Amino acid sequence: MNPLLPELGLVLWMSIAFLVVLFLLKKFAWKGIIDALHDREEFIERSLKSAEDAKAQMSELIADNEKLLATARLEREQILKEAKEMKEKIMSDAKVSATTESNRLINSARAEIEKEKHQALSDIKKQVGELSLEIAEKVIKKELSDKGAQQALVENHLSQSQAN
Amino acid sequence: MYRFIVAFILFTTSFAAIAEHAPEHGSEEKSFNAGELIMHHVMDNHEIHVGPIHIPLPIILYSKEKGLDMFSSSKISHGEPYNGYIMDHEKIYFVGDNGEVSRDEHGHIDAAKPFDISITKTVFGMFVTMGIMLFVFISIAKSYKKREGMAPKGMQSMFEPLILFVTDEIAKPSIGKKYKKFLPYLLTIFFFIWIGNMLGLIPFLGGFNVTGNIAVALVLAIFTFIITSVNGNKDYWKHIYNTPGVPWWLKFPIPLMFFIELIGFISKPVVLTLRLFANITAGHIIILSFVSLIFIFNNLYGAGGGYGVSILSVAFSIFMFAIELLVAFLQAYVFTLLSALYFGSAVEEHDHAH
Repeated sequence: MNPLLPELGLVLWMSIAFLVVLFLLKKFAWKGIIDALHDREEFIERSLKSAEDAKAQMSELIADNEKLLATARLEREQILKEAKEMKEKIMSDAKVSATTESNRLINSARAEIEKEKHQALSDIKKQVGELSLEIAEKVIKKELSDKGAQQALVENHLSQSQAN
Repeated sequence: MYRFIVAFILFTTSFAAIAEHAPEHGSEEKSFNAGELIMHHVMDNHEIHVGPIHIPLPIILYSKEKGLDMFSSSKISHGEPYNGYIMDHEKIYFVGDNGEVSRDEHGHIDAAKPFDISITKTVFGMFVTMGIMLFVFISIAKSYKKREGMAPKGMQSMFEPLILFVTDEIAKPSIGKKYKKFLPYLLTIFFFIWIGNMLGLIPFLGGFNVTGNIAVALVLAIFTFIITSVNGNKDYWKHIYNTPGVPWWLKFPIPLMFFIELIGFISKPVVLTLRLFANITAGHIIILSFVSLIFIFNNLYGAGGGYGVSILSVAFSIFMFAIELLVAFLQAYVFTLLSALYFGSAVEEHDHAH
């Protein structure tokens, strides 16, 4: 028996049996196994990808939040600043108008006072004039009733002026 | 360590003990013949030896004259004619009309033979291998269906790495995009060769040498060859009859390139066959030779020689067993990889001349 010579009977059995087994395994085993492995591979790949996506989305969300917070902070500062400015403006405006008003009031009061003063002074002057006229009239009346005295006075004056 | 060494020596010398007593019932007939024993194991047989038990296998014969005949090999295995047939060295011949058997000068029978399609040891081993494959992979496929999307379990997790290995390391890189078409075949030959190799390594259980039989290796190689040729595209065939990218004088007037390519074309299946057959058979021969050494030394130098050499030769055969386990996988890998490479070259899309 030569081990290098293939036995025909064996070749026949092997060919038939191998074909049958190949067919059976292909139909009932390999197809299911390969598909299952492929599906699982895809599933894992998909899961990994979706996890990655979720992570990216998360970080995007966080970034968005931060951005929102930053803008909110900025806005708040802006508003505060504006309010401050407004306050100052209102305050200065109020100050200005108050000063002008008070100045105006003071001025008008002063003018009134001046006017009143003038009035009073002129009244006093008038009364003083009238009074002095009355007194003078009375004095003159009395003086003029006494002739001798008058004479004496004139002479006095004359002598005095001559002395000068 | 000490205990291990004692156990090892006891174990190895038990072979020598067998050797010491073996010749007693065989010595009357003939002395121990290592070559015959090894060839008997390596070659095909009409019975299976499970330990000391000989299980006869059915003999199926076909001839135009006598039609289909089927009987147990126990009726014919002792050398006497049965039903017009006689067996000599595992081959079955017709017995002459008057019951005489003509022999040539070497004592071999020189007569016509019927077509022997018996269930021999190798055919049986092949069936066992295929049965294991069918059972294992169909049940695995079922568990994939049952446990869809879940982690593999049990047998599934044992074979999944190998299936993925064939898919991802052999089929995908060697064939390319069209690998799916060839995957069932590649997986089948990979596991057939691997399981067949492993079956041959189990001691005392049948002594199968399925993949180490040239007929089995040849059929596998022919299948690879047929699939390659059927799937060969225009570029593949053009590469053989009119190789692009070589100087014209290699093709005309003498078609040198064509002959070179033709040799490559034919040698591929031959080399596939011989590599598998030679590797597996050689492994069996080496292991058996180491064991036979004990018997030879026992015959030459008596029991002392047998015991002495048994330690060494069993140590060597254990070492060879370890290597054979590796070779069993390696040859399955190489055969599958080369088949995949051939398929890859057959379906490759050439967009460049080389």
